[in-house]
Parts: sequence; C-alpha cells; structure tokens
Amino acid sequence: MRTDTHTPPFVVSTHTRASQIAAVLAVALVAVLIFLPFFAGRGLIQDMFFILTMLVLAQFWNLLAGYGGMVSIGQQAFVGMGAYAMFGGVILAGMDPIPAILLGGLAAVIVAIPTAFFAFRLQGPYFAIGTWVIAEVMRLSMAQVKALGGGTGTSLPRSATREMWATDWIATVFDVRNSAARDILTYWLALALAAATIAAIYALLRSKPGLALSAVRDNPEAAKSVGVDAGRMKWFVFLTSAFGTGLAGALIYVQKARISPDAAFSVTDWTAYVLFIVIIGGIGTIEGPIIGVIVFFLLQSLLADYGSWYLFTLGIIGIVVMLVAPRGLWGLITDKTGIQLFPVRRRLSGGALDT
Amino acid sequence: MPILELKNVSKSFGQLKVTDDVSFSVPEGQALGIIGPNGAGKSTLFNLITGNILSDAGSIAFQDRDVTRVPAMQRCFAGVGRSFQIPQPFDNLTVFENLLVAAMHGRNQSQKEVQQACAQILEQTELLPVANKPAAGLSLLQRKRLEMARALATDPKLLLLDEIAGGLTDAECVALIDTIKSVHARGVTIIWIEHVLHALTSVVERLLVLDFGKVIGIGAPDEIMNRQDVREIYLGIEV
Ligand SMILES: Nc1ncnc2c1ncn2[C@@H]1O[C@H](COP(=O)(O)OP(=O)(O)OP(=O)(O)O)[C@@H](O)[C@H]1O
Ligand SMILES: [Mg+2]
Repeated sequence: MRTDTHTPPFVVSTHTRASQIAAVLAVALVAVLIFLPFFAGRGLIQDMFFILTMLVLAQFWNLLAGYGGMVSIGQQAFVGMGAYAMFGGVILAGMDPIPAILLGGLAAVIVAIPTAFFAFRLQGPYFAIGTWVIAEVMRLSMAQVKALGGGTGTSLPRSATREMWATDWIATVFDVRNSAARDILTYWLALALAAATIAAIYALLRSKPGLALSAVRDNPEAAKSVGVDAGRMKWFVFLTSAFGTGLAGALIYVQKARISPDAAFSVTDWTAYVLFIVIIGGIGTIEGPIIGVIVFFLLQSLLADYGSWYLFTLGIIGIVVMLVAPRGLWGLITDKTGIQLFPVRRRLSGGALDT
Repeated sequence: MPILELKNVSKSFGQLKVTDDVSFSVPEGQALGIIGPNGAGKSTLFNLITGNILSDAGSIAFQDRDVTRVPAMQRCFAGVGRSFQIPQPFDNLTVFENLLVAAMHGRNQSQKEVQQACAQILEQTELLPVANKPAAGLSLLQRKRLEMARALATDPKLLLLDEIAGGLTDAECVALIDTIKSVHARGVTIIWIEHVLHALTSVVERLLVLDFGKVIGIGAPDEIMNRQDVREIYLGIEV
C-alpha cells in the first residue's frame, strides 16, 4: 500500500442522500403531471392549475421575503400589471395570449424598477406598507384605462381565446371542447412555470449570489465588509420576483379570460393567501411553499362553504402555526427527521476533518 | 510608503464628537496597536477606515487612493479586512460558509478557487471541528475566532482586529498571538485594538493611544506605555 505523507485535500459537497432520491422523484413527478390530462377530468386540471400558479407566487414571495428579507405586501401589483399587459397585448396589439404572457413578465419588471426606487428607501413595516400603497395606485390607474375596460374590466376577445396557440391540436388529441383544451394548455404552462421556478431558485441558492443573499439577510453590515454587494442583491431579487410574479399573473388571467382591476390587484388573493402559504409551510425554504400550497388548497376545499368564516379560520391557523412552529410545517418535519429535499449547505469534509 | 493614511478625520454622533481631528499613517507591513479607555472612539475609527460609517470631515487614503467616500464593499475589494468587536456572524450559514462567502466575494473568485484556502484558515484558527455547524450555535470564543477567520478569508492587505483577545485563557491567548504573528509574517499590515496589553505588545511594533476621540500619542510601545499621561488614562488597567 502506498503511503501518503500529506493529508488529503478538503472536499465540499451539497448533495445528501435524501436530495438525490428527491431529485429522481421530482423528475418522475413532473413526468406524471405532464401526462395528467390524459386521465384526469377538467375539474382536477383546474384545481392543479390553481395549486401550481399559487405555488409560483409563493416561491417568488418566499424569494423576496424569506431569502431577500424584503417583506412586501404588494405582490398583487405585479400580478395585476402582468395580467393587464397580457390583455393589452391581446386587445390592443392583436397578439396571441400565449406569447403575450411574456409581455406580462416584462411589464412587471418595468413597473418594479420605479417601485424599487421608492420602496428601498423604506425600512421594515414602512417597506411593506409602501409596496401595498404602490399596488393600490396601480389598481386605481388601471381603472382609468378605458381601452382595457376601465373600472369594470373586460374579457379576452372570443376570437383570441378560440384561436389560441395549440388549443386546436389539444382539442383534437384529447377530443374535448375548445374551453377544456384551453384549461389543459394553461395547466401545462403552469406546470412548466412551477418546475422552472423551483429549479431556478434552487440553482440560485446554490450559486455564489445565493450565498451572498443569505449573508445579506443575516447581517447586511457584515456582508458589505466582506465584499458582498448588498444593494445589487436586493435589486436582483426584487426584479426577479416581479418578473416571475408578472408571468404567473398573466398566465392566471389567460385561464380566467376575464379581468377587472379589483380582481387583478386583489391584496387578498395575490398576497394574503400567498403569505399564508409560505408562513404555514415554512419561510426561507423551497419545501415550505410546496407543503403550504397543499395545505392551503385542502383548507380551501374544506371551508369553501363557510364564506367569511373561511378567511377567519385561515387567519387563526396562520397565527397558531406562527406561534407553535415559527419555521412552519416544513420546519417541524426537518426538526424531526433531518430530511432536506433541496439542500443548499456546502458541507466540508476530507483533509484534517477525516483524521 | 504608508498603506493607510488618515488626515484630520472627524466624526460626531449628534453632539458627541467621537473622532476628533485624527491624523496618522501606517507603513505597509507594520503592526499597529490601538489602546484607549472605553468609549474613546476606537471602534468608530475602524468603522471609518472600513467605510461602515462615513466621516464628517478629513480624508482617508488606502494605498495612495482616496477612499473617504468609497463604500465598505469596495474597500474590502481594495484589501481592507476587519473583525467586529461584537461578533457579526452570518447566523444561518455554517462556519465554513461564513468563510466561503467572504472569500468568494471579497476576492471575486469561484467556490472551487477558494475552498481549500478557507479550510486552511479554519484549521489555523481552530474552527475546523465546527466547520459544518451553523454560526448561530457558536460559543463567544468561537464567534471571535470566526470574526478573524472570516476577515482573513477575504485575503486582506490590511487587517483590522477589534478586541479579539478578551476573555481568553492563557493557552488560547498564546494560540491567538501565534496566528496573528503568522499572518503578520506574511506581510499583512495589522491594526489591532486590544485591552489585553501583554498580548498586544507581544505583536505590535507601534502603539496609538486614543482618548475622547483624539490621538494623544503614537510611537514605540514601551515609550508610549512609560508616558505619564498614558499611565493616568490607563490607571487600573495594569500593564
Ligand atoms: N452608531 C452610533 N451612534 C451613536 N453613538 C455611537 C455610535 N457608535 C458609537 N457611538 C458612541 O461613540 C462613542 C465611542 O464608541 P466606540 O465604540 O468607538 O468606542 P470604543 O473606544 O470602541 O469603546 P470600547 O472600548 O467600549 O469598545 C461611545 O460613546 C458610543 O456610545
Ligand atoms: Mg470598541
């Protein structure tokens, strides 16, 4: 046997056994979900669309608040602007709704830039309220745009929804009506968006900027002192989150096909529910929003008949979880089992650690 | 050539003048000690040098470049590394990740390029056994070590250490002095604020005394410590 005089080099790894299994399962799950429309009814497809789009909104709010430390309650600004930009592309420019979704992402980024200039001057609760005020301003402004229905809103033109990309093909393959084909198409897009969102956020967290993000969140002053560009990280996270939220907003309104300022800029639908999802699931983790959206959906199905009691119950559950399990349901699970499906830790081994 | 030069630097917090017309320079490769009573403005002086706070008046030059208005991040790139008197770890990152983020961003290199160096710094500062522990769970001693280790990870030309020897046992103090000496031997300029005078004087070549924000003396350690006014300020803190 050869004898080495010097110690072996250090090794850094991010994967765990659970994460490798999780990666395989995730690919399998996405594959199954792609084929879901072949054996699921229209109701389930619509429910899945709701779950997936809420998951995207939750992941982006989590990126903003959980990783970026920016607790916004104005994400409805980007849902609304994304949705209205898509409507504008279709109604005013005659675009197909599907490519117009990209316009939604773009519009959200464009309005996010002045929003950030304003909101970044505010700290803590003032930042939160500031983002909400800006969203309200946008809602009131959109209500003035007569070409897009003003305060009462408008619908996507019949011709646009009927001739939407790929719907004919889907209608033939699945032998369904045009409206059901549209649900399948938007479901697939929601699935693609959710998978891409999770993959992108996970890749970000494992990258060099991802590490910087955690450092800034934990201690901005110390982060600057070790060469982290805290300001640039804030901008990057804010604009990325706006882009993703705008895409999701546009997609949601392609499926709804009808828009009004009150609905598209609803603080309840696009921020309160999203906050609930992230907080009960576990803020600052990728797994949290996934668990959270499932719990949220189940609660909503269970409590759907109870009207305003529904919101009340959500609020109580949210508060109880915050008090009993501040790191959410996923926090409870990792504490008990140590499982991490999306590990980001860079573990050091080898070298003198092995001896 | 001085690596650091302060000219007539002043800083007030409200009515309180914490840095009062401070001028001094540090030659490249020197180890300078800073002493002074509590509240004299020592840590504030560090914050001014690193850019964590900006001065009201005067100028600060690092390697002949005026950095008076330059943000902390850029001063880190230029080669200024610091420890905080009250440890400021990235709580949710592990000890190793605390160093990684400093090395990757401070030196603008990839994880692959810096990971061996970070592990070696951990070894040198005796933090290797807790490398994979979140920084939130560290003891005060380990936090102080992490402060120095993280500053070293940025590969500084000028290292600012703020009271890192307090509360150490004799053996720990000897180990700390060894580490600082070996960093110094590599040519790194060091400014060290310390109340543990025997540790300080075993390393530094020059001593600066700060009182009420003013420099009241700078020179060879034994010369400074023999001055009557310095002894009066330090009455009670035995040499
Ligand atoms: N950000 C701040 N805002 C207001 N006052 C401050 C601030 N930072 C420091 N001070 C005050 O400035 C004075 C000098 O503080 P500094 O921390 O520089 O002293 P020091 O010499 O490091 O003291 P110590 O030996 O206790 O660490 C103190 O009276 C302190 O309360
Ligand atoms: Mg101090």
